Amino acid sequence: MSLQSGGVVTMPSRKNGHGEKRPVDDRSLPAALAADLDGAFEWMVLSYQNRLYGFALRLAGQPQDAEDITQDTFVHAYRALMAYPGERVRDLALRPWLYRIALNVFRNRGRGGRLRVISLDHAGHESALGIEEQDAAVLPEQALEEAELKRTLGALVAALPARYRVPVVLRHVQDLGYREIASILRQPIGTVKGNVHRGVRLLQQAVNAQQRPALHVHGRRRR
Amino acid sequence: MDRHRRALVGLHVIARMLREMGNVRAPATILAAVLERAGGGDAYGRLETPIGAAFIAYNARGVSAVMLRVSAAEFERAFRARFARPIRRVKEMPGSLVTHLTRHLQGTRRSALRFDLRGLSEFERAVLRKALEIPRGEVRPYAWIAREIGRPRAVRAVGTVLAQNPVPVLIPCHRVVRSDGHVGNYGYGPEAKRAVLAAEGVNVKTLEALARSGLHYYGSDTTRIYCFPSCRYARRISDKHRVLFHSNAEAAAAGYRPCAACRPARAS
Repeated sequence: MSLQSGGVVTMPSRKNGHGEKRPVDDRSLPAALAADLDGAFEWMVLSYQNRLYGFALRLAGQPQDAEDITQDTFVHAYRALMAYPGERVRDLALRPWLYRIALNVFRNRGRGGRLRVISLDHAGHESALGIEEQDAAVLPEQALEEAELKRTLGALVAALPARYRVPVVLRHVQDLGYREIASILRQPIGTVKGNVHRGVRLLQQAVNAQQRPALHVHGRRRR
Repeated sequence: MDRHRRALVGLHVIARMLREMGNVRAPATILAAVLERAGGGDAYGRLETPIGAAFIAYNARGVSAVMLRVSAAEFERAFRARFARPIRRVKEMPGSLVTHLTRHLQGTRRSALRFDLRGLSEFERAVLRKALEIPRGEVRPYAWIAREIGRPRAVRAVGTVLAQNPVPVLIPCHRVVRSDGHVGNYGYGPEAKRAVLAAEGVNVKTLEALARSGLHYYGSDTTRIYCFPSCRYARRISDKHRVLFHSNAEAAAAGYRPCAACRPARAS
Protein backbone atom coordinates (compact mmCIF):
# COMPACT_ATOMS: atom_id res chain seq x y z
CA MET A 1 0.00 0.00 0.00
CA SER A 2 0.84 3.66 -0.06
CA LEU A 3 3.92 4.90 1.67
CA GLN A 4 2.05 7.75 3.28
CA SER A 5 1.70 7.02 6.94
CA GLY A 6 -1.92 7.70 7.86
CA GLY A 7 -3.49 11.13 7.84
CA VAL A 8 -4.83 12.60 4.66
CA VAL A 9 -4.40 10.36 1.68
CA THR A 10 -4.46 12.20 -1.61
CA MET A 11 -5.55 10.31 -4.66
CA PRO A 12 -3.08 10.92 -7.44
CA SER A 13 -4.61 12.50 -10.48
CA ARG A 14 -4.61 10.17 -13.45
CA LYS A 15 -6.05 9.58 -16.85
CA ASN A 16 -9.64 8.52 -16.64
CA GLY A 17 -12.05 6.84 -19.00
CA HIS A 18 -13.85 10.05 -19.80
CA GLY A 19 -11.51 11.40 -22.40
CA GLU A 20 -10.33 14.95 -22.58
CA LYS A 21 -12.26 17.81 -21.07
CA ARG A 22 -12.80 20.05 -24.04
CA PRO A 23 -15.85 21.88 -25.25
CA VAL A 24 -17.67 20.24 -28.12
CA ASP A 25 -19.99 22.40 -30.18
CA ASP A 26 -23.51 21.30 -31.04
CA ARG A 27 -22.63 20.37 -34.60
CA SER A 28 -19.73 18.06 -33.77
CA LEU A 29 -21.51 16.52 -30.78
CA PRO A 30 -23.15 13.58 -32.63
CA ALA A 31 -19.79 12.50 -34.07
CA ALA A 32 -18.19 12.86 -30.63
CA LEU A 33 -20.98 10.78 -29.08
CA ALA A 34 -20.51 8.08 -31.71
CA ALA A 35 -16.77 7.98 -31.05
CA ASP A 36 -16.80 8.12 -27.25
CA LEU A 37 -20.22 8.08 -25.64
CA ASP A 38 -19.08 8.40 -22.05
CA GLY A 39 -16.67 11.20 -22.86
CA ALA A 40 -19.06 13.28 -24.94
CA PHE A 41 -22.24 12.56 -23.01
CA GLU A 42 -21.27 14.91 -20.23
CA TRP A 43 -20.90 17.67 -22.79
CA MET A 44 -24.26 16.88 -24.24
CA VAL A 45 -25.83 17.24 -20.80
CA LEU A 46 -23.98 20.47 -20.10
CA SER A 47 -24.87 22.06 -23.41
CA TYR A 48 -28.53 21.03 -23.42
CA GLN A 49 -29.54 21.04 -19.76
CA ASN A 50 -30.57 24.70 -19.59
CA ARG A 51 -32.63 24.49 -22.78
CA LEU A 52 -34.35 21.25 -21.85
CA TYR A 53 -34.93 22.38 -18.28
CA GLY A 54 -36.47 25.63 -19.57
CA PHE A 55 -38.68 23.61 -21.88
CA ALA A 56 -39.70 21.19 -19.12
CA LEU A 57 -40.34 24.07 -16.72
CA ARG A 58 -42.84 25.61 -19.15
CA LEU A 59 -44.47 22.26 -19.81
CA ALA A 60 -44.73 21.09 -16.23
CA GLY A 61 -45.12 24.51 -14.62
CA GLN A 62 -43.04 23.72 -11.56
CA PRO A 63 -39.34 23.22 -10.84
CA GLN A 64 -39.35 19.77 -9.23
CA ASP A 65 -41.23 18.15 -12.12
CA ALA A 66 -39.06 20.04 -14.57
CA GLU A 67 -35.91 18.67 -12.97
CA ASP A 68 -37.29 15.13 -13.03
CA ILE A 69 -38.28 15.45 -16.68
CA THR A 70 -34.85 16.83 -17.59
CA GLN A 71 -33.08 14.00 -15.76
CA ASP A 72 -35.29 11.34 -17.33
CA THR A 73 -34.73 12.85 -20.76
CA PHE A 74 -30.96 12.53 -20.49
CA VAL A 75 -31.11 9.03 -19.03
CA HIS A 76 -33.42 7.90 -21.87
CA ALA A 77 -31.09 9.58 -24.34
CA TYR A 78 -28.05 7.82 -22.88
CA ARG A 79 -29.67 4.40 -23.11
CA ALA A 80 -30.78 5.05 -26.68
CA LEU A 81 -27.33 6.30 -27.67
CA MET A 82 -25.79 3.15 -26.19
CA ALA A 83 -28.14 0.95 -28.21
CA TYR A 84 -27.93 2.83 -31.52
CA PRO A 85 -25.32 1.79 -34.07
CA GLY A 86 -22.55 4.39 -34.50
CA GLU A 87 -23.84 5.43 -37.91
CA ARG A 88 -27.23 6.34 -36.54
CA VAL A 89 -25.70 8.39 -33.72
CA ARG A 90 -23.48 10.28 -36.17
CA ASP A 91 -26.45 11.22 -38.35
CA LEU A 92 -28.67 12.19 -35.43
CA ALA A 93 -30.33 15.61 -35.41
CA LEU A 94 -29.58 15.93 -31.71
CA ARG A 95 -31.60 18.98 -30.76
CA PRO A 96 -35.06 17.95 -32.08
CA TRP A 97 -34.36 14.40 -30.92
CA LEU A 98 -33.74 15.55 -27.34
CA TYR A 99 -36.79 17.84 -27.36
CA ARG A 100 -38.92 14.96 -28.58
CA ILE A 101 -37.66 12.70 -25.79
CA ALA A 102 -38.41 15.44 -23.25
CA LEU A 103 -41.88 15.83 -24.69
CA ASN A 104 -42.53 12.10 -24.56
CA VAL A 105 -41.26 11.92 -20.98
CA PHE A 106 -43.59 14.76 -20.07
CA ARG A 107 -46.57 13.18 -21.83
CA ASN A 108 -45.96 9.78 -20.26
CA ARG A 109 -45.74 11.30 -16.80
CA GLY A 110 -48.98 13.18 -17.37
CA ARG A 111 -50.78 10.10 -18.63
CA GLY A 112 -53.57 9.17 -16.29
CA GLY A 113 -52.82 12.18 -14.15
CA ARG A 114 -54.93 15.21 -13.47
CA LEU A 115 -54.26 18.71 -14.58
CA ARG A 116 -52.17 20.60 -12.13
CA VAL A 117 -53.69 23.70 -10.64
CA ILE A 118 -51.39 26.61 -11.27
CA SER A 119 -52.02 29.53 -9.03
CA LEU A 120 -51.88 33.00 -10.50
CA ASP A 121 -50.52 34.19 -7.19
CA HIS A 122 -46.97 32.95 -7.28
CA ALA A 123 -45.55 34.83 -4.34
CA GLY A 124 -42.07 33.51 -3.67
CA HIS A 125 -41.95 31.37 -6.78
CA GLU A 126 -40.83 33.98 -9.26
CA SER A 127 -37.25 32.91 -9.49
CA ALA A 128 -38.26 29.28 -9.58
CA LEU A 129 -40.42 30.00 -12.59
CA GLY A 130 -37.54 31.67 -14.30
CA ILE A 131 -38.59 35.27 -13.89
CA GLU A 132 -35.34 37.12 -13.75
CA GLU A 133 -34.49 40.17 -11.77
CA GLN A 134 -35.43 43.44 -13.30
CA ASP A 135 -33.27 45.69 -15.36
CA ALA A 136 -31.97 48.41 -13.04
CA ALA A 137 -32.72 51.07 -15.63
CA VAL A 138 -36.45 50.44 -15.39
CA LEU A 139 -38.32 52.60 -12.91
CA PRO A 140 -39.41 50.71 -9.78
CA GLU A 141 -43.10 51.18 -10.50
CA GLN A 142 -42.70 49.95 -14.04
CA ALA A 143 -40.48 47.14 -12.87
CA LEU A 144 -43.19 45.98 -10.54
CA GLU A 145 -45.70 46.09 -13.32
CA GLU A 146 -43.37 44.21 -15.62
CA ALA A 147 -42.72 41.57 -12.96
CA GLU A 148 -46.43 41.16 -12.34
CA LEU A 149 -47.04 40.81 -16.01
CA LYS A 150 -44.38 38.16 -16.31
CA ARG A 151 -45.78 36.23 -13.40
CA THR A 152 -49.23 36.36 -14.92
CA LEU A 153 -47.90 35.27 -18.28
CA GLY A 154 -45.98 32.37 -16.76
CA ALA A 155 -49.10 31.06 -15.08
CA LEU A 156 -51.14 31.55 -18.23
CA VAL A 157 -48.63 29.60 -20.32
CA ALA A 158 -48.89 26.73 -17.86
CA ALA A 159 -52.68 26.88 -18.13
CA LEU A 160 -52.69 26.91 -21.94
CA PRO A 161 -53.99 23.69 -23.55
CA ALA A 162 -51.08 21.42 -24.47
CA ARG A 163 -51.71 21.59 -28.21
CA TYR A 164 -50.95 25.33 -28.07
CA ARG A 165 -48.57 25.39 -25.16
CA VAL A 166 -46.00 22.99 -26.60
CA PRO A 167 -45.56 24.76 -29.96
CA VAL A 168 -45.72 28.22 -28.34
CA VAL A 169 -42.97 27.28 -25.88
CA LEU A 170 -40.82 25.69 -28.60
CA ARG A 171 -41.24 28.69 -30.91
CA HIS A 172 -41.09 31.62 -28.51
CA VAL A 173 -39.41 30.41 -25.31
CA GLN A 174 -36.95 28.01 -26.93
CA ASP A 175 -36.63 30.03 -30.14
CA LEU A 176 -36.75 27.05 -32.50
CA GLY A 177 -37.73 27.32 -36.15
CA TYR A 178 -41.09 26.09 -37.45
CA ARG A 179 -39.51 23.32 -39.50
CA GLU A 180 -37.75 21.89 -36.45
CA ILE A 181 -40.88 22.18 -34.30
CA ALA A 182 -42.84 20.38 -36.98
CA SER A 183 -40.31 17.54 -36.90
CA ILE A 184 -40.44 17.36 -33.08
CA LEU A 185 -44.23 17.31 -32.98
CA ARG A 186 -44.53 15.26 -36.18
CA GLN A 187 -47.13 17.69 -37.44
CA PRO A 188 -47.39 19.54 -40.73
CA ILE A 189 -45.64 22.89 -40.61
CA GLY A 190 -48.92 24.75 -41.29
CA THR A 191 -50.55 23.17 -38.25
CA VAL A 192 -47.63 24.25 -36.10
CA LYS A 193 -47.74 27.83 -37.39
CA GLY A 194 -51.48 28.02 -36.80
CA ASN A 195 -51.25 26.62 -33.28
CA VAL A 196 -48.40 28.95 -32.33
CA HIS A 197 -50.34 31.92 -33.62
CA ARG A 198 -53.55 30.92 -31.89
CA GLY A 199 -51.67 30.14 -28.67
CA VAL A 200 -50.01 33.55 -28.55
CA ARG A 201 -53.35 35.24 -29.30
CA LEU A 202 -54.95 33.33 -26.43
CA LEU A 203 -52.14 34.44 -24.14
CA GLN A 204 -52.52 38.04 -25.22
CA GLN A 205 -56.28 38.02 -24.62
CA ALA A 206 -55.86 36.39 -21.23
CA VAL A 207 -53.10 38.79 -20.17
CA ASN A 208 -55.20 41.79 -21.11
CA ALA A 209 -58.20 40.38 -19.30
CA GLN A 210 -56.00 40.07 -16.19
CA GLN A 211 -54.40 43.48 -16.58
CA ARG A 212 -57.48 45.67 -16.81
CA PRO A 213 -58.93 45.30 -13.31
CA ALA A 214 -55.47 45.63 -11.79
CA LEU A 215 -54.94 48.95 -13.55
CA HIS A 216 -58.24 50.23 -12.21
CA VAL A 217 -57.32 49.39 -8.67
CA HIS A 218 -54.16 51.43 -8.98
CA GLY A 219 -56.20 54.31 -10.33
CA ARG A 220 -54.35 54.53 -13.58
CA ARG A 221 -55.86 56.09 -16.60
CA ARG A 222 -56.48 53.90 -19.56
CA ARG A 223 -56.02 55.25 -22.98
CA MET B 1 -42.45 50.96 -21.56
CA ASP B 2 -44.81 52.72 -23.88
CA ARG B 3 -48.21 54.13 -23.20
CA HIS B 4 -49.74 51.64 -25.55
CA ARG B 5 -48.61 48.72 -23.37
CA ARG B 6 -50.47 50.04 -20.37
CA ALA B 7 -53.65 49.99 -22.28
CA LEU B 8 -53.18 46.74 -24.08
CA VAL B 9 -50.31 44.31 -23.95
CA GLY B 10 -49.14 43.87 -27.53
CA LEU B 11 -48.08 40.69 -29.23
CA HIS B 12 -44.46 41.86 -29.38
CA VAL B 13 -44.45 42.29 -25.59
CA ILE B 14 -45.82 38.79 -25.14
CA ALA B 15 -43.17 37.45 -27.52
CA ARG B 16 -40.38 39.29 -25.71
CA MET B 17 -41.51 38.04 -22.33
CA LEU B 18 -41.80 34.49 -23.60
CA ARG B 19 -38.28 34.75 -24.98
CA GLU B 20 -37.02 35.97 -21.60
CA MET B 21 -38.64 32.98 -19.93
CA GLY B 22 -36.15 30.84 -21.85
CA ASN B 23 -33.29 32.32 -19.83
CA VAL B 24 -33.30 29.78 -17.05
CA ARG B 25 -30.47 27.81 -15.58
CA ALA B 26 -30.94 24.15 -14.88
CA PRO B 27 -30.25 23.11 -11.26
CA ALA B 28 -26.60 22.15 -10.78
CA THR B 29 -27.67 18.74 -9.51
CA ILE B 30 -28.86 17.50 -12.91
CA LEU B 31 -25.51 16.47 -14.38
CA ALA B 32 -24.43 14.46 -11.34
CA ALA B 33 -27.82 12.76 -11.03
CA VAL B 34 -27.96 11.90 -14.72
CA LEU B 35 -24.42 10.56 -14.81
CA GLU B 36 -25.09 8.48 -11.75
CA ARG B 37 -28.25 7.02 -13.23
CA ALA B 38 -26.60 6.47 -16.61
CA GLY B 39 -23.59 4.81 -15.01
CA GLY B 40 -21.08 7.58 -15.57
CA GLY B 41 -21.29 9.55 -12.36
CA ASP B 42 -20.85 8.57 -8.76
CA ALA B 43 -22.59 8.87 -5.44
CA TYR B 44 -21.06 8.13 -2.07
CA GLY B 45 -22.00 7.18 1.44
CA ARG B 46 -20.44 6.03 4.70
CA LEU B 47 -19.71 2.50 5.76
CA GLU B 48 -18.08 0.97 8.83
CA THR B 49 -15.04 -1.19 8.08
CA PRO B 50 -12.80 -3.19 10.44
CA ILE B 51 -10.42 -0.23 10.60
CA GLY B 52 -12.97 2.55 10.92
CA ALA B 53 -15.57 4.49 8.98
CA ALA B 54 -14.96 4.85 5.25
CA PHE B 55 -16.49 6.85 2.44
CA ILE B 56 -17.52 4.61 -0.43
CA ALA B 57 -18.18 5.96 -3.92
CA TYR B 58 -20.16 3.89 -6.40
CA ASN B 59 -21.93 4.11 -9.72
CA ALA B 60 -23.90 1.77 -11.93
CA ARG B 61 -20.72 -0.15 -12.80
CA GLY B 62 -19.69 -0.83 -9.23
CA VAL B 63 -17.68 0.59 -6.35
CA SER B 64 -15.25 3.20 -7.64
CA ALA B 65 -13.44 4.58 -4.59
CA VAL B 66 -12.93 4.02 -0.89
CA MET B 67 -11.21 6.37 1.54
CA LEU B 68 -10.76 6.30 5.28
CA ARG B 69 -9.75 8.97 7.73
CA VAL B 70 -10.87 11.92 5.64
CA SER B 71 -13.70 14.42 5.98
CA ALA B 72 -16.51 14.38 3.44
CA ALA B 73 -15.12 17.55 1.85
CA GLU B 74 -11.63 16.05 1.57
CA PHE B 75 -13.08 12.91 0.07
CA GLU B 76 -15.02 14.84 -2.56
CA ARG B 77 -12.01 16.94 -3.43
CA ALA B 78 -9.73 13.92 -3.73
CA PHE B 79 -12.32 12.04 -5.78
CA ARG B 80 -12.75 14.88 -8.28
CA ALA B 81 -9.00 15.36 -8.54
CA ARG B 82 -8.38 11.71 -9.28
CA PHE B 83 -11.35 10.75 -11.43
CA ALA B 84 -12.44 14.11 -12.88
CA ARG B 85 -16.08 13.15 -12.42
CA PRO B 86 -18.80 14.80 -10.39
CA ILE B 87 -19.77 13.12 -7.13
CA ARG B 88 -22.65 13.65 -4.79
CA ARG B 89 -23.42 12.42 -1.31
CA VAL B 90 -26.46 10.28 -0.60
CA LYS B 91 -28.08 9.96 2.80
CA GLU B 92 -28.47 6.24 2.39
CA MET B 93 -26.73 3.94 -0.03
CA PRO B 94 -28.98 1.51 -1.95
CA GLY B 95 -29.94 -1.46 0.21
CA SER B 96 -28.59 -4.04 -2.23
CA LEU B 97 -25.21 -2.32 -2.27
CA VAL B 98 -25.04 -2.27 1.54
CA THR B 99 -25.86 -5.99 1.57
CA HIS B 100 -23.11 -6.75 -0.94
CA LEU B 101 -20.62 -4.57 0.94
CA THR B 102 -21.40 -6.22 4.25
CA ARG B 103 -21.12 -9.71 2.79
CA HIS B 104 -17.90 -8.76 1.08
CA LEU B 105 -16.38 -7.48 4.33
CA GLN B 106 -17.58 -10.47 6.34
CA GLY B 107 -16.19 -12.80 3.71
CA THR B 108 -18.72 -15.46 4.68
CA ARG B 109 -20.13 -15.89 1.21
CA ARG B 110 -18.86 -15.52 -2.29
CA SER B 111 -18.88 -11.78 -2.95
CA ALA B 112 -20.93 -10.37 -5.81
CA LEU B 113 -19.50 -6.90 -5.29
CA ARG B 114 -18.47 -5.25 -8.55
CA PHE B 115 -15.82 -2.58 -9.01
CA ASP B 116 -15.51 0.27 -11.46
CA LEU B 117 -11.85 0.13 -12.48
CA ARG B 118 -12.15 2.22 -15.62
CA GLY B 119 -9.18 4.45 -16.23
CA LEU B 120 -6.72 1.87 -14.94
CA SER B 121 -4.31 0.05 -17.25
CA GLU B 122 -4.63 -3.64 -18.05
CA PHE B 123 -1.66 -4.33 -15.75
CA GLU B 124 -3.19 -2.35 -12.89
CA ARG B 125 -6.49 -4.18 -13.26
CA ALA B 126 -4.72 -7.56 -13.34
CA VAL B 127 -2.89 -6.76 -10.09
CA LEU B 128 -6.08 -5.67 -8.34
CA ARG B 129 -8.07 -8.64 -9.63
CA LYS B 130 -5.36 -11.00 -8.40
CA ALA B 131 -5.32 -9.33 -4.97
CA LEU B 132 -9.07 -9.95 -4.87
CA GLU B 133 -8.40 -13.70 -5.15
CA ILE B 134 -6.44 -13.83 -1.90
CA PRO B 135 -8.85 -15.38 0.60
CA ARG B 136 -9.77 -13.66 3.82
CA GLY B 137 -7.40 -14.66 6.61
CA GLU B 138 -4.47 -15.30 4.25
CA VAL B 139 -1.60 -13.21 2.90
CA ARG B 140 0.64 -13.41 -0.17
CA PRO B 141 3.90 -11.68 -1.10
CA TYR B 142 4.11 -8.94 -3.75
CA ALA B 143 6.31 -11.26 -5.82
CA TRP B 144 3.52 -13.87 -5.78
CA ILE B 145 1.12 -11.43 -7.49
CA ALA B 146 3.79 -10.51 -10.03
CA ARG B 147 4.34 -14.16 -10.95
CA GLU B 148 0.68 -15.08 -10.93
CA ILE B 149 -0.18 -12.40 -13.48
CA GLY B 150 2.76 -13.42 -15.68
CA ARG B 151 4.98 -10.42 -14.92
CA PRO B 152 7.51 -11.98 -12.50
CA ARG B 153 9.94 -9.07 -12.73
CA ALA B 154 7.32 -6.38 -12.04
CA VAL B 155 7.39 -6.79 -8.25
CA ARG B 156 7.98 -3.08 -7.63
CA ALA B 157 5.28 -2.12 -10.10
CA VAL B 158 2.86 -4.42 -8.27
CA GLY B 159 3.68 -2.55 -5.06
CA THR B 160 3.03 0.79 -6.75
CA VAL B 161 -0.33 -0.34 -8.12
CA LEU B 162 -1.43 -1.65 -4.73
CA ALA B 163 -0.28 1.60 -3.10
CA GLN B 164 -2.69 3.43 -5.41
CA ASN B 165 -5.54 0.97 -4.98
CA PRO B 166 -8.66 3.11 -5.49
CA VAL B 167 -10.77 0.77 -3.34
CA PRO B 168 -8.64 -0.21 -0.31
CA VAL B 169 -10.13 -2.65 2.23
CA LEU B 170 -12.64 -3.89 -0.39
CA ILE B 171 -9.91 -4.95 -2.81
CA PRO B 172 -7.65 -6.43 -0.14
CA CYS B 173 -4.28 -4.89 -0.91
CA HIS B 174 -3.64 -5.33 2.82
CA ARG B 175 -3.38 -9.08 2.19
CA VAL B 176 -0.25 -8.51 0.12
CA VAL B 177 2.91 -8.49 2.22
CA ARG B 178 6.64 -8.23 1.74
CA SER B 179 8.41 -11.23 0.24
CA ASP B 180 10.48 -11.62 3.42
CA GLY B 181 7.25 -12.23 5.30
CA HIS B 182 7.02 -8.87 7.08
CA VAL B 183 3.69 -7.11 6.91
CA GLY B 184 5.09 -4.10 5.06
CA ASN B 185 3.59 -0.72 4.41
CA TYR B 186 0.03 0.44 4.06
CA GLY B 187 -1.74 3.61 3.01
CA TYR B 188 -3.11 4.10 6.49
CA GLY B 189 0.06 2.91 8.24
CA PRO B 190 1.46 -0.55 9.07
CA GLU B 191 -0.56 -0.62 12.30
CA ALA B 192 -3.81 -0.33 10.35
CA LYS B 193 -2.62 -3.15 8.09
CA ARG B 194 -1.97 -5.38 11.12
CA ALA B 195 -5.33 -4.42 12.55
CA VAL B 196 -7.32 -5.24 9.43
CA LEU B 197 -5.43 -8.53 8.96
CA ALA B 198 -6.01 -9.46 12.60
CA ALA B 199 -9.71 -8.63 12.17
CA GLU B 200 -9.76 -11.12 9.30
CA GLY B 201 -8.25 -13.87 11.46
CA VAL B 202 -4.60 -13.66 10.42
CA ASN B 203 -2.19 -14.44 13.23
CA VAL B 204 0.03 -11.44 12.54
CA LYS B 205 2.38 -12.04 15.49
CA THR B 206 3.20 -15.59 14.41
CA LEU B 207 3.73 -14.50 10.81
CA GLU B 208 6.14 -11.76 11.87
CA ALA B 209 8.03 -14.11 14.19
CA LEU B 210 8.43 -16.54 11.28
CA ALA B 211 9.60 -13.71 9.05
CA ARG B 212 12.26 -12.70 11.59
CA SER B 213 13.63 -16.24 11.66
CA GLY B 214 13.63 -16.40 7.85
CA LEU B 215 11.16 -19.28 7.68
CA HIS B 216 8.61 -18.71 4.91
CA TYR B 217 6.84 -22.03 4.35
CA TYR B 218 5.00 -24.70 6.28
CA GLY B 219 5.18 -28.31 5.10
CA SER B 220 3.26 -31.36 6.23
CA ASP B 221 5.29 -34.53 6.60
CA THR B 222 2.17 -36.64 6.03
CA THR B 223 1.19 -35.13 2.68
CA ARG B 224 4.63 -33.89 1.64
CA ILE B 225 3.04 -30.61 0.52
CA TYR B 226 4.27 -27.16 1.51
CA CYS B 227 2.31 -23.90 1.75
CA PHE B 228 2.45 -20.26 2.74
CA PRO B 229 2.03 -20.20 6.54
CA SER B 230 -1.31 -18.36 6.27
CA CYS B 231 -2.74 -20.80 3.71
CA ARG B 232 -5.96 -22.37 4.99
CA TYR B 233 -4.43 -25.85 4.44
CA ALA B 234 -1.19 -24.95 6.22
CA ARG B 235 -3.18 -23.82 9.24
CA ARG B 236 -4.62 -27.34 9.56
CA ILE B 237 -1.19 -28.99 9.90
CA SER B 238 -0.79 -30.17 13.49
CA ASP B 239 2.34 -29.18 15.43
CA LYS B 240 3.60 -32.75 15.32
CA HIS B 241 3.59 -32.94 11.54
CA ARG B 242 4.62 -29.36 10.71
CA VAL B 243 7.96 -28.87 8.92
CA LEU B 244 9.37 -25.39 8.35
CA PHE B 245 11.32 -24.32 5.28
CA HIS B 246 13.38 -21.25 4.42
CA SER B 247 12.85 -21.45 0.68
CA ASN B 248 11.18 -23.26 -2.20
CA ALA B 249 14.49 -24.90 -3.03
CA GLU B 250 14.82 -26.29 0.46
CA ALA B 251 11.30 -27.71 0.35
CA ALA B 252 11.85 -29.19 -3.09
CA ALA B 253 15.14 -30.75 -1.98
CA ALA B 254 13.29 -32.38 0.90
CA GLY B 255 10.87 -33.93 -1.59
CA TYR B 256 7.88 -31.61 -0.97
CA ARG B 257 5.58 -30.31 -3.69
CA PRO B 258 3.93 -26.86 -3.59
CA CYS B 259 0.31 -26.54 -2.48
CA ALA B 260 -2.10 -26.15 -5.38
CA ALA B 261 -4.26 -23.70 -3.45
CA CYS B 262 -1.72 -21.10 -2.32
CA ARG B 263 0.88 -21.90 -5.01
CA PRO B 264 3.97 -21.01 -2.96
CA ALA B 265 6.38 -22.04 -5.77
CA ARG B 266 5.37 -18.88 -7.53
CA ALA B 267 7.18 -16.81 -4.94
CA SER B 268 10.83 -17.79 -4.74
